[in-house]
Amino acid sequence: MVHLYKAGGYNIVLDVESGAVHIVDDAAYELIPLMESVVSKTADSPLPLQTALDRLAQIRDEEALKRFCDEELREAVEEICELADAGALYSPDVYEQYVSEFSKHRAMVVKALCLHMAHDCNLSCEYCFAGEGVYKGERALMSYEVGKKALDFLIENSGSRRNLEVDFFGGEPLMNWQVVKDLVQYGRSREKETGKNFRFTLTTNGVLLNDEIIEFANKEMANVVCSIDGRKEIHDKKRPLRGGQGSYDIILPKFKKVATSRGQNNYYVRGTYTHDNTDFSEDVIHLMDEGFEQISVEPVVAGPEESYAIRDEDIPELLKQYDLLAQEIIKRRKKGEFVNFFHFMIDLEQGPCVAKRLSGCGAGSEYLAVTPQGELYPCHQFVGDEEFKMGDVYGGIERQDIKEKFLSCNVYTKEKCRDCFAKFYCSGGCMANAYNFTGDVNGNYETGCILQRKRIECAIMIKAALADQEAEA
Amino acid sequence: MKHIKTLNTRDYKKSMKTGGCGECQTSCQSACKTSCTVGNQSCETLKKSESR
Repeated sequence: MVHLYKAGGYNIVLDVESGAVHIVDDAAYELIPLMESVVSKTADSPLPLQTALDRLAQIRDEEALKRFCDEELREAVEEICELADAGALYSPDVYEQYVSEFSKHRAMVVKALCLHMAHDCNLSCEYCFAGEGVYKGERALMSYEVGKKALDFLIENSGSRRNLEVDFFGGEPLMNWQVVKDLVQYGRSREKETGKNFRFTLTTNGVLLNDEIIEFANKEMANVVCSIDGRKEIHDKKRPLRGGQGSYDIILPKFKKVATSRGQNNYYVRGTYTHDNTDFSEDVIHLMDEGFEQISVEPVVAGPEESYAIRDEDIPELLKQYDLLAQEIIKRRKKGEFVNFFHFMIDLEQGPCVAKRLSGCGAGSEYLAVTPQGELYPCHQFVGDEEFKMGDVYGGIERQDIKEKFLSCNVYTKEKCRDCFAKFYCSGGCMANAYNFTGDVNGNYETGCILQRKRIECAIMIKAALADQEAEA
Repeated sequence: MKHIKTLNTRDYKKSMKTGGCGECQTSCQSACKTSCTVGNQSCETLKKSESR
């Protein structure tokens, strides 16, 4: 499948199944889709030059080609054939069986846990999917014993995987900080004997952050995710303290300290945008202007009954915002200012293998969430929904049916993903979103898909612009 | 080439032979927790060879 689009003054062609990205002139842009009908899916050479030239003769009078001279069309056709021969254009999809086999193998291991250290929170964010931290349940803190058992469960079920990931999540994990520290120490104490390497992440709203915590996190946490929505008025409206006062002034200086003390690496300031700030590029720019270099601002996930939920009529404006943001990032990068927007990150050269790209996010199999009581769920977004309780850290996974359901979910089991150019970048999307909006983990959360496709297009356009800049330098 | 410029990318088909080790980061363990994004992640094996 070939995906063509125009962005930022570039004609961009994605050869979806090989991963190749081409920046083409107008003649090639018009010719590439017109040639596709004569591409052979079985021959060694998918588009022999003579076949392509015969096709060119057939379509020469088409309106789209009238402005080009014969010579430039012939040259463009020759280049198209060369790329097709090199496996970088019109590549077939050969991965379905391979990904199915890979998923079966993945059934063997758990490699990441999201530990719900506190089902409690000192903020009452309007849009919280955890319902002010309690996930439809009672307030609770994870005990050291439960956390220790969770780490043991992870080690025991991780097979030959060396790198194990543990996210201290909530609610607000700093409300249970001593246990977090004790669990880090326990995990480290088992690394040598087991040959494992723990990568800890802390996700916090920042209210309780202090120098001692920052120092500990800098030593032990591979990543710190700091929740902040952007402009003060936007943040304070959506993320108030329990008493209703805004939290922005409390957390901003602390998050700046996190960013600078970590050398502007291995952290994210992470915000949520909603229907109430569809001009969210202003929030990202605000965070850039406050000196943050690692930024993630993402759409709220909420049902249509919520006043702040993203609506269909918001989509044109949101797509425009991503374009604005892409141009802002290019402008800053060209000035030598580094800024990384999480959803525009794309690693074209050293990105994941195709198995990773197509086999889903790993929820319910290699990635599990653990409640304060030690219950296991497919991921943090399913916590509190009894139907998805898979077992606990003491007895392991009892509901193999849930595990199988999640394991078998990949881009080939999602009908709408098969023909989508984004499938190699989003791996079929978030299964929790799919379930919440369609009642099926194999469904598609359409709004999320539209925004995801736009972000991918922007991310690749940014790569093209920066490659141009490098070539000029 | 005169009409087409190709960016350097990883060939997915070749990665069928060497990929699938599973040592890379889990999708949701980075920043978002509300979407699934894998294209932005790096391959653990390729990262290693780069640092050698």
